[in-house]
Amino acid sequence: MKLSALQQSYTNRRSNSFRAAGGLDSSVDGSGKSPAAIFWLVLHGLCCLISLVLGFRFSRLVFFLFFSTASNGGTSGLYPSTPFLGTTADIAGSLSFQANPSPNLELPPNRTAGGISSSRVVVGRHGIRIRPWPHPNPDEVMKAHRIIERVQREQKLQFGIKNPRTVIVVTPTYVRTFQTLHLTGLMHSLMNVPYDLIWIVIEAGGTTNETASLLAKSGLRTIHIGFDRRMPNSWEDRHRLEAQMRLRALRIVREEKLDGILMFGDDSNMHSMELFDEIQKVKWIGAVSVGILAHSGNTDELSSVAHKKAEEENLPPPVQGPACNSSEKLVGWHIFNSLPYVGNGATYIDDRATVLPRKLEWSGFVLNSRLLWKAAEDRPEWVKDLDKLDGVREEIESPLSLLKDPSMVEPLGSCGRKVLLWWLRVEARTDSKFPARWIIDPPLEVTVPAKRTPWPDAPPELPSNVKEISIQEHTEKRHAKSRASRSKHSSRSKRKHESRTADPQVSSKVSEE
Amino acid sequence: MGVWIWVLVFGFVWGIGAHGLDRHPHTERISGSAGDVLEDDPVGRLKVFVYELPSKYNKKILQKDPRCLNHMFAAEIFMHRFLLSSPVRTLNPEEADWFYTPIYTTCDLTPNGLPLPFKSPRMMRSAIQLISSNWPYWNRTEGADHFFVVPHDFGACFHYQEEKAIERGILPLLQRATLVQTFGQRNHVCLNEGSITIPPYAPPQKMQAHLIPQETPRSIFVYFRGLFYDVNNDPEGGYYARGARAAVWENFKDNPLFDISTEHPTTYYEDMQRAIFCLCPLGWAPWSPRLVEAVIFGCIPVIIADDIVLPFADAIPWEEIGVFVAEEDVPNLDTILTSIPPEVILRKQRLLANPSMKQAMLFPQPAQSGDAFHQILNGLARKLPHNKNVYLKPGENALNWTAGPVGDLKPW
Repeated sequence: MKLSALQQSYTNRRSNSFRAAGGLDSSVDGSGKSPAAIFWLVLHGLCCLISLVLGFRFSRLVFFLFFSTASNGGTSGLYPSTPFLGTTADIAGSLSFQANPSPNLELPPNRTAGGISSSRVVVGRHGIRIRPWPHPNPDEVMKAHRIIERVQREQKLQFGIKNPRTVIVVTPTYVRTFQTLHLTGLMHSLMNVPYDLIWIVIEAGGTTNETASLLAKSGLRTIHIGFDRRMPNSWEDRHRLEAQMRLRALRIVREEKLDGILMFGDDSNMHSMELFDEIQKVKWIGAVSVGILAHSGNTDELSSVAHKKAEEENLPPPVQGPACNSSEKLVGWHIFNSLPYVGNGATYIDDRATVLPRKLEWSGFVLNSRLLWKAAEDRPEWVKDLDKLDGVREEIESPLSLLKDPSMVEPLGSCGRKVLLWWLRVEARTDSKFPARWIIDPPLEVTVPAKRTPWPDAPPELPSNVKEISIQEHTEKRHAKSRASRSKHSSRSKRKHESRTADPQVSSKVSEE
Repeated sequence: MGVWIWVLVFGFVWGIGAHGLDRHPHTERISGSAGDVLEDDPVGRLKVFVYELPSKYNKKILQKDPRCLNHMFAAEIFMHRFLLSSPVRTLNPEEADWFYTPIYTTCDLTPNGLPLPFKSPRMMRSAIQLISSNWPYWNRTEGADHFFVVPHDFGACFHYQEEKAIERGILPLLQRATLVQTFGQRNHVCLNEGSITIPPYAPPQKMQAHLIPQETPRSIFVYFRGLFYDVNNDPEGGYYARGARAAVWENFKDNPLFDISTEHPTTYYEDMQRAIFCLCPLGWAPWSPRLVEAVIFGCIPVIIADDIVLPFADAIPWEEIGVFVAEEDVPNLDTILTSIPPEVILRKQRLLANPSMKQAMLFPQPAQSGDAFHQILNGLARKLPHNKNVYLKPGENALNWTAGPVGDLKPW
């Protein structure tokens, strides 16, 4: 406020002086005094008056401004030692902003004590330097990402696993509605694994183009095998068939003499990346903890009873895996407590009841592939030979059947305390249809609610909503002051017709913004 | 036969050499301008005599406000405790090379915890009067073989505002003494020629408690947490940090590579360990505990403070460890940082990973070898032997006991 008054008085006086000078000029020509001298006298008087008002020598400020613009606002050396007070510094700052709107402004330092040369860096008010376009530069961002990647690679070299081994993943699958869902999830997890990977996919019902097209997108090294039997409908039989499919994969590992760490990646599980780092530590056979997400199909009376019971007892989420004593040695196994669900478990894939896991899931075990080789030199004696299991038609429930001595299993994931993968079985009804490879060809013309899938019978009123949205879009575009071409679908006519009903909605929408 | 023996010897020696290299694959030796001195042992190279001051200068002050043990100026208290039980301490002042005065000038705290320096000049004056009248060693050299720990914002200028601090200058009585301070800026009134710059105090246990596994990948490019504008003390802007912090915010607030904000997250230490560069810009004073934190957590410090003198500058080659950016180059900070070649960045990280580097920045209790206490003693030892003209001839007076503002002359 004070500033603007000063400014006004300054300009007033300026204009006055010019008028006065002009007047004097005309009157003085005849008298003989030089107009220049009078002009300078008047200017001097003017400066004196201004200095009186401001409280310091005004001319010094003018000289300073000239010098600062000339020297490009750099941090030059000593200035004459008159101290500047805080308030005058403000005025000087703002005045100079009027005169010279460059963002670089520096004020001379205060009086220095002692005979020491003052710092090159000046104290006082500095401008805030902002470059002309203060936004990220995409080239710089790319360079930074390359630097980050190089640093992380170095970190992995120094602190990560030395000599990582190939990971061999065994996945039994079959074609069904949710296959794409589950297999894509697994595939992306495997694509993110930083180690070499071999993916053995066993497909029930023979190899199909469906699965093959999915696998081709991964870019991983895959071995796609067909299994002659079709996947049955009951969960019991399904588990049994999967076990046999896995054994088939183990035989392939033996025949091809694949070297690495074998893990069982079921296509419906969720794996964390830490799992793949952890399994590198296995020597012969290891076990990790699997979190069980036993999911109830819907809120039936039966399953809700089981759930309420579980909640009442405050059970921790069920985890399957190794159990250790305090000296980190394997002493037993945690298995899924299926007692609350007795009699309520799902038997068929279509059931809406809870799907239960087996006692010990295959996916919680990790093997060194050399265990399966025919004649590995350092294979320990407590492992059964795979050949012997070929002829016998016994139930192979878990990889523990491969061992003569199950206590030799190494617990991984800080002795089972870390849950590194989760088990969940969700499947659509066996009669649900899905388009081959999820490509809709030819494009859909008419959609009719399917009677056999659980959609509500009356679909919501779609058409009027769509029209309102388009009208709002058009009006919003107008409000954004874009003189873009009007849309060609005669929106004007629509607006006229629907404007009465749509207007209150439109205005409310606009007012929200 | 002789040939085989030579081959064996050669192989043995080469094996040892290679093994020695393998032991530290991810660190590098640090040698500053004074040589390879970070691991020097000061014991036996100097002797320090600790004056017995009345407890009103140290213990009583600490009893009044125990917060002094945790704030960033706590080095003065811990230095006293270290010297009391250190092997370099001597009880015979005649054989001492250096004399230490245990006075806690930075312990008069406001309710918020900030130290008020207004009484410190009088306190220091009164302490010096005491030691000069009770012992002859001050008058012998007028303080040239004495050292004081003054960790406040601008050292012995005893003011938190830079303009006022420059006006006051270093306390006249301390002109000849060696000052151990955190403040350092070249050609500044408050930095004497022979001063030793130390890092601010950072609590070692608290930092150790927040370490995360080394293999956690560093995914943040630039990290900073702190103020950009100090609206309480600098409402119009442009004074705080000489506008440099504000420039950082205005230029990079929408840049995804820069994780900068004014929040106070509980995961501050963990985040620093996940960052490649940590900004250490100046505030009201050029030094900050961020430098110490960056070094401990392996994050390359980006120092934005013109003409700053960093701790133990003769023992630690800061140019090779950190990145220095002039305040006027702040708008181009992203270009500067991304144009550093990756090999240079990896080398800086290796230097930071050196355990002796981290030790030199800490004040652990109890003291360990190579820590900041020992670096201070090393610095003092490097200044020995004292120049002959330090000892004044009888009758000669170098200090003016009445210089300075009138308020300082009042007794404390």
